[in-house]
Amino acid sequence: MNPEKHARPRLAPGCRLSEPNRAPRMLQMPERALRLNGPSLEIVERCDGRHTVQQIISELQKIYSKAEPERVEKDILGYLALLQEQQALEFTVEDAAEQK
Amino acid sequence: MTTTIPTPLALIAELTHRCPLHCVYCSNPLELQSRGLELSTEVWSRVLREAAEAGAMQVDFTGGEPLARPDLVELVRAARSAGLYVNMITSGLPLDERRLADLVNAGLDHLQLSFQGLQEDAASEIAGTRALEQKLQVVRWARAHRVALTLNFVIHRQNLDRLEEMIAFGEESGAGRLEFAHVQYYGWAFANRERLLPTRDQVERSILLLQQAEARLRGKVRVEYVAPDYYAKYPKACMGGWGHKLMLITPTGDVLPCHAAQVIPGLRFDNVKNKPLREIWDSSEAFQKFRGEDWMQEPCRSCDRRTQDFGGCRCQAFLLAGDPAVTDPVCTLTPRHLIVEEIIAAANAASPEVPAAKPDWLYRPNPA
Repeated sequence: MNPEKHARPRLAPGCRLSEPNRAPRMLQMPERALRLNGPSLEIVERCDGRHTVQQIISELQKIYSKAEPERVEKDILGYLALLQEQQALEFTVEDAAEQK
Repeated sequence: MTTTIPTPLALIAELTHRCPLHCVYCSNPLELQSRGLELSTEVWSRVLREAAEAGAMQVDFTGGEPLARPDLVELVRAARSAGLYVNMITSGLPLDERRLADLVNAGLDHLQLSFQGLQEDAASEIAGTRALEQKLQVVRWARAHRVALTLNFVIHRQNLDRLEEMIAFGEESGAGRLEFAHVQYYGWAFANRERLLPTRDQVERSILLLQQAEARLRGKVRVEYVAPDYYAKYPKACMGGWGHKLMLITPTGDVLPCHAAQVIPGLRFDNVKNKPLREIWDSSEAFQKFRGEDWMQEPCRSCDRRTQDFGGCRCQAFLLAGDPAVTDPVCTLTPRHLIVEEIIAAANAASPEVPAAKPDWLYRPNPA
């Protein structure tokens, strides 16, 4: 299932990016790790509890401006769903009144 | 053929052999090291840096009981500043909420809490002490401090019939990950094997239950299990291959390819007090001895599975067949599998409740 676009993902407890001075960059989780390349690293770096899913999509559409925007969006939603299945993410959703 | 030296992925740091529990299946060697011989904070801190420089991503602080080290918070901080993911494998004793908060603030990434079962009397019989109440408290603290938690249930003949209860508890505990580990027969577990080895019915039922739990809880709680290799068709890829991914450092600083390697006669280990870790990983006799495929005999040597299971476990080959260089007798492709078949036949001749010939447990002591 795809995450809501106004939700703000952040990494779950026990999940974090490996140190920037160590290559390759990894998303480390309890007893497993995911290797991150360009776009996946860009996504995970924005799972900070501040960016909404929509903001992540917009920022990556700018970075990868040569790619089709719909394709970028689909890939991001797919990757977030994968991270969610890995229990690597928590989503916070503010109620509408607070957003105004 | 030359064997290329791989990069280590993780360091298992056995900080101490001291432990308030006396588990009958403890993976520590029968000969335990005393406190006076343990590595200092300074040496461990250097070793953690060296492990990260050699390529390791993770450290598992274990023991014995790692909390028995008064400098554990300092070691967690040292591991984090070296760039390692910090995992602690613990009984939860002795821990209080303040110390857990200190560990989390120092950079502890993940806590793995062991359970002997959820029936106080039965769990105490296995652990040789009462610990269940404290463990339940640690689960609550871990949730309050938002530290990633794995519950590790060690399962065997005496508690397998209560597996549903463990799954149900784990599901509601708030832990993100549940690990069900069938006892592996090394160290103290090898000495107590007759009373720990399950029946075939128990094993088959447990695998089915765990598969169902894994599917049902996917996305909510991760369920992982370690199969009992005596009942397997092929051996486990022990440690992901000898000297291939993992290394273990004992409380006194010896560097081992696995928990049990000291049982293999004549194998010489280097010590971190005398050599840099990278040099030990690359060239110590113990790591080179069974690295790669050159040491393999038939049926491994010509077997397609040799790149998947690496011939199984060297320590098990020695413990069961008396020779660390033969195919793991767990493998059904070796004539030595008869050894395992006999053990399994004996385990299935007795009913699960009644222990066979051996009436008493051999408890692991707490070294001075």
